[in-house]
Amino acid sequence: MPEKKSERRKFLHTASYTVGAVGVGAVVWPLIDQMNPDASVKALASTEVDISSVEPGKSITVLWRGKPVFIKRRTPEEIAEARAVKMEDLKDPQKDEDRTKNPEWLVMVGVCTHLGCVPLNDKGDYNGWFCPCHGSHYDTSGRIRKGPAPTNMEVPKYEFVNNNIIKIG
Amino acid sequence: MSDHEYVPKSKFGKWFNDRLPLLSLASHLTDYPTPKNLNYWWTFGGILTFCLIIQIVTGLTLAMHYIAHADLAFESVEHIMRDVNYGWLIRYVHANGASMFFLAVYIHIFRSLFYGSYKSPREIIWIIGIIIYLLMMASAFMGYVLPWGQMSFWGATVITSIFSAIPFVGEGIVNWLWGGYSVGNPTLTRFFTLHYLIPFLILGLVVLHIWALHIPGNNNPIGIDIKKPSKDTVPFHPYIVIKDGFALLMFTIVFAFFVFYSPNILGHADNYIEANPMVTPAHIVPEWYLLPFYAILRSIPDKLMGVIAMLSAILILAALPWLDTSKIRSAIFRPLYKQFYWILVADVIILGYVGAMPAEGLYLLIARIATAYYFIHFLIVLPVLGSKEKTIPLPLSITEPVLEASSNLATAKKKESLN
Repeated sequence: MPEKKSERRKFLHTASYTVGAVGVGAVVWPLIDQMNPDASVKALASTEVDISSVEPGKSITVLWRGKPVFIKRRTPEEIAEARAVKMEDLKDPQKDEDRTKNPEWLVMVGVCTHLGCVPLNDKGDYNGWFCPCHGSHYDTSGRIRKGPAPTNMEVPKYEFVNNNIIKIG
Repeated sequence: MSDHEYVPKSKFGKWFNDRLPLLSLASHLTDYPTPKNLNYWWTFGGILTFCLIIQIVTGLTLAMHYIAHADLAFESVEHIMRDVNYGWLIRYVHANGASMFFLAVYIHIFRSLFYGSYKSPREIIWIIGIIIYLLMMASAFMGYVLPWGQMSFWGATVITSIFSAIPFVGEGIVNWLWGGYSVGNPTLTRFFTLHYLIPFLILGLVVLHIWALHIPGNNNPIGIDIKKPSKDTVPFHPYIVIKDGFALLMFTIVFAFFVFYSPNILGHADNYIEANPMVTPAHIVPEWYLLPFYAILRSIPDKLMGVIAMLSAILILAALPWLDTSKIRSAIFRPLYKQFYWILVADVIILGYVGAMPAEGLYLLIARIATAYYFIHFLIVLPVLGSKEKTIPLPLSITEPVLEASSNLATAKKKESLN
């Protein structure tokens, strides 16, 4: 009988620990989740921007979810340069066509994918952007070309409401 | 703690001590036998305790005036500087106190490295020390964010973004840390909470650090085990108390120089510009005490690997008692280790220097070599030295080389005066 008894005890221990662990988890989760983006932060999910005054070759920066978003009106040369790049030369291969809805307008989150700095416009070895923090170079399509950043600058969800207004988010 | 039985003299003292042995503890601390050859490098433990208390006291008083809100924090710090009585003094002491704290902790750590204080039986003291050092870095980083200047904001962005290097869950973790999609008010309020909490955690760990120290007792410049109490030891009070007190006085002169004559020299001018999420300062660097690790982060061209290298550079220290296989503690008796020790010191200083420079060209090359050497020191040099190095014979006691003019005497004396 002692063998059976020890098995029963082992089962009871395991069952108690399991229930205990679930209970602790249920109590701890709210304490952890309270740190996640709250309802008011999530509510600021979209923003509309008037782009009618942006000249070709110029760009504007707007704030969306606390982050800068670059809206660049590209010149034909810049578009051609972005499209001429071979996929083999890219660290994070992505066609320029897939990064824009209208090739003239490049819309992307102006945050370096390395450690979150804001890259500088018209700088760097590829005529696009250059991040001053750790030296990442982006091309005219916002794709990473050189430096520690792992991926291209992110293209957010956006749509053209009409010819003059872009809705980001 | 039971080196000797202490019996209070007064009747009330005995009654109290039987119920809560605080008087026994006080007696243990005053009589605590200390090696009599401790040099001034051993005074930094006391200096660090002083630094912690200064930070807690000035921090508490600053918290009475500071407002942890993204719209108000910057102005409230200026309010402290301009309006609050002695606010400028308290804030400058707190801000420079962080630098002084790190200055002292680096000397304390490098003293341990030179004299092998991390070796058996003191591994737990060492590991608690490394945890304290990690908490210090976390607290200093979060404290630097609170004034909500440009460096605060972008420092917070860069350091928290380090977690985005973690595959798959990185993005989620970063949003969780921020409480949003970028560094913002929720980030500031939680950093203030943690910045307030961590010093008290450190205080608790300091108690454990000292408790663990009092089990084997202090290491000493010769690094040999000593009997305690014996003719090789002196009681902590008054001998060490006076020596620590004198060293603390010298240290506070340096401290006061920074506070009163160049309170902003260790900071960055950009932090007197309010945080702006649209513009990153042209050249962002962390505070000087984090620069060597920052250099390691930047020297690796891959994001995830850079982060792993930086964290490993810190965590490798916790494994040091097992990486250094030499049985001899003090570098005085390890002619080769001593040279590698100074190369490591130079290496860390070089890393700190290139960490402050732009990550390009020659600086980047130097950073890469120095990063590689840092790991080579711990992972290759130390284990190899443990088995290959021909060490100098140890004296039998602290007193021996003094009483008998042995060959060690000259070596020991010379080295001690050098250090």
